[in-house]
Amino acid sequence: MTSTQSPPDAAPVGPPPLAPPARRRGRPGRVRVRDRGMSRAFRWLATGAGALILVVLAAVAVFLVVKAWPAITEPTDQLVAEVPWLHGASSLLSFVGPLIFGTVLAAALALLIATPIALGIALFISHYAPRRLAAGLGYVVDLLAAIPSVVYGLWGGLVLAPFVQPVWSWLGETLGWIPFFSGDVSPTARVLLTVGLVLAVMILPIITAVSREVFLQTPRLHEEAALALGATRWEMIRTAVLPFARSGIISAAMLGLGRALGETMAVLMILSPGFLYSFKLLVAGQQQTIAANIAAQFAEASPMSVSALIATGLALFVITLFVNMTARWIVSRRKDFSGAN
Amino acid sequence: MAQRIDVKDLNIYYGDFKAVADVGMAIEPRSVTAFIGPSGCGKSTFLRTLNRMHEVIPGAHVEGTVAVDGVDLYGADVDPVAVRRQVGMVFQRPNPFPTMSIEENVLAGVRLNNKRISKSDAADLVEVSLRSANLWTEVKDRLNRPGSGLSGGQQQRLCIARAIAVKPQVLLMDEPCSALDPISTLAIEDLISELKSAYTIVIVTHNMQQAARVSDRTAFFNLAGVGQPGRLVEIDDTGTIFSSPREQATEDYISGRFG
Repeated sequence: MTSTQSPPDAAPVGPPPLAPPARRRGRPGRVRVRDRGMSRAFRWLATGAGALILVVLAAVAVFLVVKAWPAITEPTDQLVAEVPWLHGASSLLSFVGPLIFGTVLAAALALLIATPIALGIALFISHYAPRRLAAGLGYVVDLLAAIPSVVYGLWGGLVLAPFVQPVWSWLGETLGWIPFFSGDVSPTARVLLTVGLVLAVMILPIITAVSREVFLQTPRLHEEAALALGATRWEMIRTAVLPFARSGIISAAMLGLGRALGETMAVLMILSPGFLYSFKLLVAGQQQTIAANIAAQFAEASPMSVSALIATGLALFVITLFVNMTARWIVSRRKDFSGAN
Repeated sequence: MAQRIDVKDLNIYYGDFKAVADVGMAIEPRSVTAFIGPSGCGKSTFLRTLNRMHEVIPGAHVEGTVAVDGVDLYGADVDPVAVRRQVGMVFQRPNPFPTMSIEENVLAGVRLNNKRISKSDAADLVEVSLRSANLWTEVKDRLNRPGSGLSGGQQQRLCIARAIAVKPQVLLMDEPCSALDPISTLAIEDLISELKSAYTIVIVTHNMQQAARVSDRTAFFNLAGVGQPGRLVEIDDTGTIFSSPREQATEDYISGRFG
């Protein structure tokens, strides 16, 4: 990988095995110099691509901070006067707080619903299904990812919400003593639990696809080691496949969480918004997410309103960063046992 | 603990392809039986039928009988999982579970078979198994470290400890030393000689000196050509096979004239 190495097979194709060394001896510098040129170019290309990510990330962060700055520094009473949708919040922070809460709650719900199902599908495709069925099923799951979020929003609002409403009513009646299901169940079911369900469907493909790939990477050797010890198929999966795939599963879940945190259209079209710190999943007008709020307010926003909206966007950016760093930390905690050494 | 294996008229297939044909042999308890032969002759494939690991590959199946202590492994009501708990296996490349510590690796099979094992019993079992695999003194201070941090030879002995921790009747070894250096190889060979007092051991090897050193009986496999099934040419006491084999093909192979 270092530029000083010059692999012997990099010589031009064609001459018989003995020719390249002879040729190199004849003209010492030439082959090596050309090699070094190419590998240098490639090194710059790779470094540049890596740096580009950092530049883009920094550019986004700078944009968010600069544009949000007026709203962050504006005295609260003026801000409330200028921005109609603050709903009389006493400060920008006390307005962003419930939005962050709603965003994280919706995304966590989606993750909670989607991850077990996605892992089940991925395991079925990688280790249980007959080969032909597995290929078809993998394709269908990938297809789910291709559906635009507007369509999910329409479907969630027009089809899923009326469909699940009786279930939500039943939940409210029988399990109402659990805080999550307490309160008056919305007759339209345009509530956070419905949103969580739709978001779960939306992040299902990415979690499934990534974890399926990771499951398929499990070395055959380790699977056979488990089987030869007398493991059933499930025990083999538990001893060899799942521990090996652990970091991959976490990465997959984080990718899904990232999408759920930022999802806009589907939430906007389904949820009846509210700005409370509320755990009531079945009651309308309780929560709202950052992204959906930005989309809802952006069209008729004054410059100061836009700045306030961007401030909420900055909060979303920070949350996402924090979530990813936490995931990295979880993955790295048991690095010695990852099998990478 | 050790038990006798009787193989009769065994044909082994990968899908429609017949990989090994008409094998019949008796493997004696408390002895080491070595399988030798050129690459592709089906000795590893045959070894994997002795604990029903062959059928793990899609489409793979067998005809015939393999009886361990009189019970046919391929009988209708025999559970392959139960078979593998009786017949342990060590693979060509060391394969300790990378996500488990040394201790957990040794206990992996026991945890599958019998989940309730007291802490002191577990500690005893770890020590006994690692001692029988001649690994205890090297790892006793780092039982909580990952098994994948050991050297190749140590990893292979860890795999042997893991296999014997479940107290199998038979131990199958598929070229256990082919990925190891000569010193580790010697350590494993010494271990095999020690283990044969308690287990029936079957070993596949490409190294004829190794077969001569460790085994009591040797089976020579050969194949007529590419696309032809492999066959058992002869099985006899190791001394006989290496000094005066009955078949010309065996003598040619052993004296290095082909293969």
